[in-house]
Amino acid sequence: MNETTSLFESAKSGDRRALARLLSVLEEGGTSPVENGSGDSIGITGPPGVGKSTLIGKLIDEWVSRGETVAVLAIDPSSPQTGGALLGDRMRMVNADSSDGIYVRSLATRNHPGGLMDCLTPMVDVLCACGWDHVVLETVGAGQSEIRVVAFANRIILVDGPDRGDVIQAEKAGIMELADLIVINKADLPNANRAAEAVKSALSAGSNIDVPDVLLVSAHSSMGVSELVDSITELQSSKDRERLRIRERLISAWDSALLTSNLFDESIRAIETGNMTLNQAVGHIRDKSN
Amino acid sequence: MRIVVAKPGLDGHDRGAKVIARALRDGGHEVIYTGLRRTPQEIVRIVTDEDAAAVGLSTLSGAHNVLIPKVCDGLREAGLGDVVVFAGGIIPEQDRSPLYEKGVRAIFGPGSTTKSILEFLEMVSSRKKAAESVGVGEQIGWRWNE
Ligand SMILES: Nc1nc2c(ncn2[C@@H]2O[C@H](COP(=O)(O)OP(=O)(O)O)[C@@H](O)[C@H]2O)c(=O)[nH]1
Ligand SMILES: [Mg+2]
Repeated sequence: MNETTSLFESAKSGDRRALARLLSVLEEGGTSPVENGSGDSIGITGPPGVGKSTLIGKLIDEWVSRGETVAVLAIDPSSPQTGGALLGDRMRMVNADSSDGIYVRSLATRNHPGGLMDCLTPMVDVLCACGWDHVVLETVGAGQSEIRVVAFANRIILVDGPDRGDVIQAEKAGIMELADLIVINKADLPNANRAAEAVKSALSAGSNIDVPDVLLVSAHSSMGVSELVDSITELQSSKDRERLRIRERLISAWDSALLTSNLFDESIRAIETGNMTLNQAVGHIRDKSN
Repeated sequence: MRIVVAKPGLDGHDRGAKVIARALRDGGHEVIYTGLRRTPQEIVRIVTDEDAAAVGLSTLSGAHNVLIPKVCDGLREAGLGDVVVFAGGIIPEQDRSPLYEKGVRAIFGPGSTTKSILEFLEMVSSRKKAAESVGVGEQIGWRWNE
């Protein structure tokens, strides 16, 4: 039995250390012991500071009280300069460190040339195969690259705050179109209702026929959390949104193939020295890539 | 390196731990920051789940005599003897050698620079590569001298 298989066997029988090691092996590009894409995940995204981690902390408490288990992959950016990262999401998930029904793993994006997706999918697959009832991905939703991360989740929840500025930003980034459910957190603060109305009207103004629900919650007071868990259970993604997500996945797979191609650097040099045009380079890489 | 920075004990602020966490990040490490008031059992759980190579424990309140050894014992019992433990905060000279005997490999006081913490971690990496003892469950002896 190779290392991955034996870690997987132990992880399935409940060995947390083996699970943690296996995820590290996958993060470093190891081969997955599970069929690719067999897992199922819920992506929770939104601007920094809207309370995603705190809310996930409340969701996991609710799931655990219903006798269900949860694994969370909390993703934060690595610094492009130093490669370092400060991963502070689990700090907000109050009971994450004590219940056997909860597994939280912090991940840095690590500036992988093709993004995080190549390792994220196998990680979700493995967690599902190990029997975790819910697998949640927390990602910052602020730019195109982050949309690409969350597009790998099977269902997507966009979290926003009472501050309308955040809403408009999310709209621009196109995350709203991918979301199956929109949550306005911090409903204990003034303006949350107004933000919810603003989101609803923005949604109905768009071309989206199948408009997602907008829920008001407060991770601080737990208001709306139990209802949110009920909605997640029933959450169905629409065909349109599924197509949009596949589109994003395809684009990132394409990017990844480009950035990891052995012809990439060579083509940059050829363009630089005037030996190739951009179009020629694209053709060259497309025809000859391994 | 993946490093958990934790603040065991009940005292209510974590400025020191945050300073260390940021310095380690700026030094290129992945830092899992745990926030305030973690029990030794919780810290062991976090190190396990995060597959961390090292854990830095910051204390202020004198709780170090009890809590740091508990974390060390907990890690060994969990089969995590290869994890490196270091400590920071106000730890009087006479309290240090019992901690070293528990497997703590470095103690940084208020006067320590972040540069020396980063140098310690570099040394840790090279010892790991050379299969020299540096984990909390490995042979006691080597420790960092500033
Ligand atoms: N008033 C209020 N503050 C909240 C709520 N949820 C989270 N926060 C605060 O918002 C800040 C950011 O929370 P965090 O969960 O780290 O946000 P994230 O960056 O989206 O993961 C923290 O100071 C939280 O205490 C809420 O429901 N109401
Ligand atoms: Mg967060």
